[in-house]
Amino acid sequence: MPKIKVPRKSTFVDMTAMCDVAFLLLTFFMLTAKFRPQEAVMVDIPSSISKIKVPESNIAIVHVDRKGRAFFGVDNQQTRERLLEIMLAKYQVGMTPQQKEQFKLLENFGTSIKELPKYLNMDSDARNKYDKEVALGIPVDTTNASAKNELADWVHQARIADQQLANAGLITSDGLIIGIKGDGNMEYQNYDAIVKSFIDREIYKFNLITTLKNFQP
Amino acid sequence: MADIQVADKGGKGGKRVVKRSTRVDMTPMVDLGFLLITFFMLATTINKPHAMEMNMPAKAKTEEEKSVIKESRALTYIVGKNNKLYYYIGVESPMVDSVDFPPSSNIRKSIIDRQKAVAAQYGHKDSLVVVLKAQNQSLFKNMVDLVDEMKINGVTRFAIADYSKNDSLIINGIISK
Repeated sequence: MPKIKVPRKSTFVDMTAMCDVAFLLLTFFMLTAKFRPQEAVMVDIPSSISKIKVPESNIAIVHVDRKGRAFFGVDNQQTRERLLEIMLAKYQVGMTPQQKEQFKLLENFGTSIKELPKYLNMDSDARNKYDKEVALGIPVDTTNASAKNELADWVHQARIADQQLANAGLITSDGLIIGIKGDGNMEYQNYDAIVKSFIDREIYKFNLITTLKNFQP
Repeated sequence: MADIQVADKGGKGGKRVVKRSTRVDMTPMVDLGFLLITFFMLATTINKPHAMEMNMPAKAKTEEEKSVIKESRALTYIVGKNNKLYYYIGVESPMVDSVDFPPSSNIRKSIIDRQKAVAAQYGHKDSLVVVLKAQNQSLFKNMVDLVDEMKINGVTRFAIADYSKNDSLIINGIISK
């Protein structure tokens, strides 16, 4: 019987196709990943066992840093634009179209509305410096409730702006979600003042933004 | 390398131009690709913050609207300065105690004990009402920990209230001891 000759085959596997897939996926993940919005202040948030994810869109976040300064930002640019119109009319502050355009691109800010035009004229370096050294945060006032409660007004009016745009069909939103991102080491009275000012504007429901804590039973 | 070289059988003698393979080994590139994918996938999901829902009650307009809790089913916590936590039961002759935290698991025993006492009296542990208060100079994270602890122990009824003068009298009692 003749021997069957087994041809020796190369074990070379063509990796090109696999490589294509890998980089395709990589590109996909890189493009879908959302850049973390630039934050004006460093906030070290406390931890909790809460597993509810913070929604990605239609959210207004109040950052409160260690010194208790409040910074405010809305994620949706259309809402921002509308909100600014409402607030400028309410506080009777004038702004140039350029400043309005700048505001649309602003992730968050921590100045009173009177200072806001000046802040919008700065370039990004000057803004960073201002946020670190000069900014006092958005005024929170609970004693003089109706007149000077700027932070609660921003939040309250943002909710109205969001509602209006959703009703007009310009954005899809099930109501603006309000988040408080407070530094764990700030004094409780700062948080308390913000919550009291919210209650004053009939905002009773909000979220505290926390990191996930490992639960030890 | 992902291949094993198959030995060439030399054919005829004489000079031969060595034909080099134009194949490029893609294995390290694939490795790199998947490594980066893994990194991006983890980096996008892990960093997501979580939300803790808070519902505050509407401001009571009149004295009658203010809710009153029976002393026998209440437990009051006061977050104090220097990571102290005070708690008391009853108002007239309060039983006050204090613990240090973090870790917030130090609080757990006091909640569970009180839940048991309330369950014995009212039949269910959900009858317990916990009131949370904080001094102005206390830290925000301690308050978050405390609210978190309510959720861990399944306290369904708790409310955040204002720190009052009466509370400071009760706390001062324990500090001076």
